[in-house]
Amino acid sequence: MGWWSEPAWIALALSLKVACWATAIDVVIGVALGYLLARGRFPGRELLDAVLTLPMVMPPTVLGYYLLVVLGRNGWLGAWLLRVFGINLIFTWQAAVIAAAVVSLPLILKSARTAFETVDLQFEQAARVLGIAPIGVFLRVTLPLAWRGVLAGALLAFARAMGEFGATLMVAGSIPGKTQTLSIAVYEAVQAGQDDSANLLVLITSLTCVTVLIVANKLTPNRHQQP
Amino acid sequence: MTMLIEVDINKTLRSGARSFELRAKFASDSQRIVIYGASGAGKSQLLKAVAGLMTPDSGRIVLAGRPLFDSAQRINVTPQRRRIAYLFQDYALFPHLNVRQNIGFGLRRGWFNPASSFDHAEIRYWLQAFELDAVALQMPHQLSGGQRQRVALARALIAHPQALLLDEPFAALDPSLRARMRIELDALQRRLAIPMIVITHDPDDVRAFGEHVLRMDGGAIAHLADVADLELAARGEA
Repeated sequence: MGWWSEPAWIALALSLKVACWATAIDVVIGVALGYLLARGRFPGRELLDAVLTLPMVMPPTVLGYYLLVVLGRNGWLGAWLLRVFGINLIFTWQAAVIAAAVVSLPLILKSARTAFETVDLQFEQAARVLGIAPIGVFLRVTLPLAWRGVLAGALLAFARAMGEFGATLMVAGSIPGKTQTLSIAVYEAVQAGQDDSANLLVLITSLTCVTVLIVANKLTPNRHQQP
Repeated sequence: MTMLIEVDINKTLRSGARSFELRAKFASDSQRIVIYGASGAGKSQLLKAVAGLMTPDSGRIVLAGRPLFDSAQRINVTPQRRRIAYLFQDYALFPHLNVRQNIGFGLRRGWFNPASSFDHAEIRYWLQAFELDAVALQMPHQLSGGQRQRVALARALIAHPQALLLDEPFAALDPSLRARMRIELDALQRRLAIPMIVITHDPDDVRAFGEHVLRMDGGAIAHLADVADLELAARGEA
């Protein structure tokens, strides 16, 4: 067996896969909702923001419990998926993706909302008057002027998804090579007294997170956002 | 006889506990309309309503026989279909696009911006007409105030709009530059024969462009016979 089949690397690969998928989902949902919260004028706007921020402040175990209630065999979504498609999400890596996506969503949502709010409404109005339809205005003006904030939020969400533990453990379990992500593998290694393994896992996790945070800091808009 | 522009709109604007009533009614056949009034009189809101950037509660707006807004007939043409040029007070040049891309912005439809080397006969014409060839690849923040205004004008006029709306067009310029840019705009309007509505609080703009002068105060339009009336009104206000 080569070094790549070591449990540590398998766990890292799984963590990266889960975090990438979760971030991709969060970017789509976070950008759409962030724009809605920044520009939309509808009742309950701040309530929606608060509800969507909840995963950031709730204990991950509570969140995991909610996810089980929704996605489990008896949950309203889980039962439907099982009946119609024969899909069972619980204890799969896809469940880990959903858990990580829900936990990390507030990070990109907040960044995206702030980034969109700092884009002067006049630029969007100018583009409209020049004959461009709303989707074109968003893609050609709003997003290019807000992309730094959106990307910084995406990297934070990625880092948070990499570190997800509580909710993931509850909905995806800890099946080595299947749902045992890096952070769960650390817990298992320490529990089993495998210090060498734990040291390696901790080192890999720390380096990954530091790298992501450095990149996120470099991209975070500062006072010179528009030179 | 149909007027060039007819406006009769009502809008209640609310900001917290304060509310502002916009009751603007006027019709004109002039190609050079100036709406004069202090800031906060509702001039910008009126201009935004004509461009479609603000939807009145009720009323109608007709430009050259074409209804742009009519609450009774449920007509509300979207801003992108009104074919109106709008010059923002601080020009609102897209900071992420160079001069060439800014000018050609409206020529390129769809989801993507024109490339930084986007070339088109109309762009070449405006770059030359406004002496912007040398700065065609520069970004808006690298331009002088006068150049910025020219880029904004070229960007607004390139799609052959049916009217040009200007919001305090010279307020963002140095006083020394204002007189020169007024002469430029004056010549441009005469050459293109494009109907123009200027909103301003500067009596010099009224003198330069006021063929038909309207005075706006507290959200309502008061008509003035000529520039002399305006001088009186300005003195009375001071």
